[in-house]
Amino acid sequence: MTELLRVNNLVTQFKTESGLVKAVNDVSYYIDEQEIIGLVGESGCGKSVSQLSIMQLINAPGEIAGGEVIFEGQNLLKYQQHGAEMRSIRGARIAMIFQEPMTSLNPVLTIGQQLTEMLVLHLKMSSDAAHKKAIELMGMVGIPAAEKRIDDYPHNFSGGMRQRVMIAMGLSCNPRILIADEPTTALDVTTQAQLLEMMKDIVQRFRASLVIVTHNLGVVARYAKRIYIMYAGRIVESGTTKDIFGTPRHPYTMGLLKCIPRLDEEEGRKLVPIEGLPPNLINMPPTCAFLPRCSWKIEKCYKEPWPELTPVNGNHFIRCYADTKEAKR
Amino acid sequence: MAEVNTAIQEFSEAPPRVSEWKRFWRVFLQRKIVIFGLVVLGLLVFTAAFADLIAPYDPYLNKLEDSLQGPSSSHWLGTDIQGRDTLSRLIYGSRTVLQVGFITVSVAAIIGFALGLIAGFVGGITAAVIMRIMDALMGFPMLILAMMLAAILGGGIQNVIIALTVATIPGYARVMNGLALTIKQNDYVLAERSMGAGNWRIMLNHILPNALPPMIVLVTLQLGGLVMAEAALSFIGIGIEPPGAAWGAMVNDGYRYLRSFPILSIAPGVAIMLVVFAFNMVGDGLRDALDPRLRGIL
Amino acid sequence: MTAYIIRRLFMAVVIIILVTVIVFLSIRLLPGDPLIIFLGNQATSGTITEEELDRLRIEYRLDKSLPEQYALWMWDLLHGNLGTSIYYHENVGTLMAERFPITLHLGVLALILNIVVGTLMGLAAAVRRGTWIDTVSTFLANIGVCIPVFWLAAILVYIFSLRLGWLEIAGYISPFEDFWLNTRQIILPVFCMAIGGLSTTARLTRSSMLEVTRQDYIRTAWSKGLRERTVIMKHALKNGLIPIVTVLGMGIGMVFAGSVIIETMFAIPGVGRLLVTSIFAQDYVVIQSGTLVIAAIIVITNLFVEISYVWLDPRIRYN
Repeated sequence: MTELLRVNNLVTQFKTESGLVKAVNDVSYYIDEQEIIGLVGESGCGKSVSQLSIMQLINAPGEIAGGEVIFEGQNLLKYQQHGAEMRSIRGARIAMIFQEPMTSLNPVLTIGQQLTEMLVLHLKMSSDAAHKKAIELMGMVGIPAAEKRIDDYPHNFSGGMRQRVMIAMGLSCNPRILIADEPTTALDVTTQAQLLEMMKDIVQRFRASLVIVTHNLGVVARYAKRIYIMYAGRIVESGTTKDIFGTPRHPYTMGLLKCIPRLDEEEGRKLVPIEGLPPNLINMPPTCAFLPRCSWKIEKCYKEPWPELTPVNGNHFIRCYADTKEAKR
Repeated sequence: MAEVNTAIQEFSEAPPRVSEWKRFWRVFLQRKIVIFGLVVLGLLVFTAAFADLIAPYDPYLNKLEDSLQGPSSSHWLGTDIQGRDTLSRLIYGSRTVLQVGFITVSVAAIIGFALGLIAGFVGGITAAVIMRIMDALMGFPMLILAMMLAAILGGGIQNVIIALTVATIPGYARVMNGLALTIKQNDYVLAERSMGAGNWRIMLNHILPNALPPMIVLVTLQLGGLVMAEAALSFIGIGIEPPGAAWGAMVNDGYRYLRSFPILSIAPGVAIMLVVFAFNMVGDGLRDALDPRLRGIL
Repeated sequence: MTAYIIRRLFMAVVIIILVTVIVFLSIRLLPGDPLIIFLGNQATSGTITEEELDRLRIEYRLDKSLPEQYALWMWDLLHGNLGTSIYYHENVGTLMAERFPITLHLGVLALILNIVVGTLMGLAAAVRRGTWIDTVSTFLANIGVCIPVFWLAAILVYIFSLRLGWLEIAGYISPFEDFWLNTRQIILPVFCMAIGGLSTTARLTRSSMLEVTRQDYIRTAWSKGLRERTVIMKHALKNGLIPIVTVLGMGIGMVFAGSVIIETMFAIPGVGRLLVTSIFAQDYVVIQSGTLVIAAIIVITNLFVEISYVWLDPRIRYN
């Protein structure tokens, strides 16, 4: 499969009163056509900000300070933030759906209006054709009685339904990439499962790629082919899902997996949380950000700056000095 | 290794908590315009308090032979038709402003907040009755209501205060009512109730403290409006009777001599503007420091 | 939704009734013999005999009980009889009918100026936050709310009339009679009336729009690749208008308040001036009916404002 999007050395920072926060600190990744990848990390690790940066949706006091985003042969970061080129990509070539379906839809416009405006803008449809297509899309994402509900307002829908609308909006113009930022976090577990299945099906049908941004490893385990683990603004481990779950190598990933209960293990195993707190991102020192919480730390970790991503085998990379092949501590 | 341990400890600690007070002052004094407002208000209070010492002349002193002089070294802002020094009248006028402003706001606040609190909290018929009466009072533009009352009661500073107070109460009551209704819904109030707290306790311990910041902002912002209303009333002629020094009346007095002695009208107007501006800026600053979420509402 | 409207309508009626009660009581209950209050100067100066006073007492119905007086007054009102002015010796209804169009002429123009310029200023400041447009606009708006209307009028009269001679300072001639003269007459008054409300609207629009543009659904709108104009006008504005429409409801109140001062200063024969003259002449019939009519209009306008919420915010419809 050919490469669709490549992000190189993306840096996005925020100037706060207390100092500089590098929310995205030299992040590089890629996504192929028709691929589903996962971007995993806790709150504040920079995963959402990185995706917003790709779409150039970062506003003051934040700014994209470096890097390139190569999409369809062009560096998106070279475009003006709200210029015609960027606008023709947003929604039409790369689309994004957000975490909070309650607040992400405009309360004073009907669902129909919010769906059709993209169709009219990007696909140059007439309002009648757009109306029909919108109903079709709503049906595709599983909203019953679409013809009637198209004139309803967001508050007439439940959370799960609203998120389906967002997915319909996201895919309405056949984008090459759909970025789903915590798509199911705000929903209950059953709805989560339904929604994710539906998303996978429909993304495959549209032959688009999907980026699932989440803190929930379980979600990506099932659907993503490759996973990037982020911590404090950097990717600390990347590889195929099999690699990450089967042979995790970065201390953070290992810590994460130890927290998850598994059905296939013996009873009585204790869940081991990762000690310590997520780091304060203000004016971070150059050493490894996971250092205070790491159980594999060695001398080198204190003296040297955070290492580059190095391969452990094949397509499996980690950002660590320690040799973590030893038996789990 | 000791220094490394300390380094790790410092590194992994959560960011330091700035005390609420410090944060308040920092945000409040952030904008220069707010500081400007505070300075002006400080000057106002100072002028009112020490008027006797600052004013070069007795504001009520008529010296007809000195009448209608332009600004000069002996009379910095000139004199009016009766020979009274404009600057002195301006200085003493600050007293009127503060008196009317603060008494009105205090009394209106106490009554208005109480009414709103009770209405919002108790609900039911009592609330409906109280709030409908407030709505009815608000149906009158403040100026017209104040005029009507002042006209019926007669002129003079006391009646102006009464009229303005009555005109201000409904606004406070309404805001407080809305706040009480919102706060009442909060979970912690529910929790208090389930622990057996009675109405009074909830009202005083929970609703009032949470309602205080927006009310403080509202009051400060309204003071500006009150100063204007008082000025408007004394301009029309209802209000402070001559020879009392009130800025609005001074503008009126000077209106006749606009062509030749514009300073008579301009000076008091500038004073009014400055004070109202100061109140507004300080009110904005307070609002931003206390709760920026109010920005769309107040 | 109809239930909402009917409820609001009912409330409005209740409020208007309360207004009548307030107006009625304020005059009757305040210290002093109401008849003396009614007659003002005439009573105390001794030009009226005892018999006259008694006769007037009956004529003004002061011999009846309060509730009766109120009922009779309301009866008259509902029949369109607003009483006879003590000062002008004319039917109050006629007096007001003559003056209303004039006040409305000025008031509506001022309101339009208020809405159009105020919203644009606030919108520009919000959308171009931090730039010079924002700074200038906000500064002007902040000054605008502080300017005493009467003072501004005085200054403008000084500049444009006394010094430059461009505009008129007094009087009002019907635009149907002499359009250009009328225009020159009303420019200053309308401007003075509008400036306060305009500045408040600008401030409110700015803060409201700033709040709205921080919302998630605006981020969604941007992510869909919409142009700035669409995001602001279609997505943001409708949400941001809600608090503004509230203020506009107050705007009509400000129109009347402003009219009081402006009409007095510019010698415009409108409702405001009528009220002021009546207050000084202690003409309580006019004061009574005049304030009542004004208050009623304000209540009704606010009713329309509240109904417009339904159109603006669909979430209300189902409450």
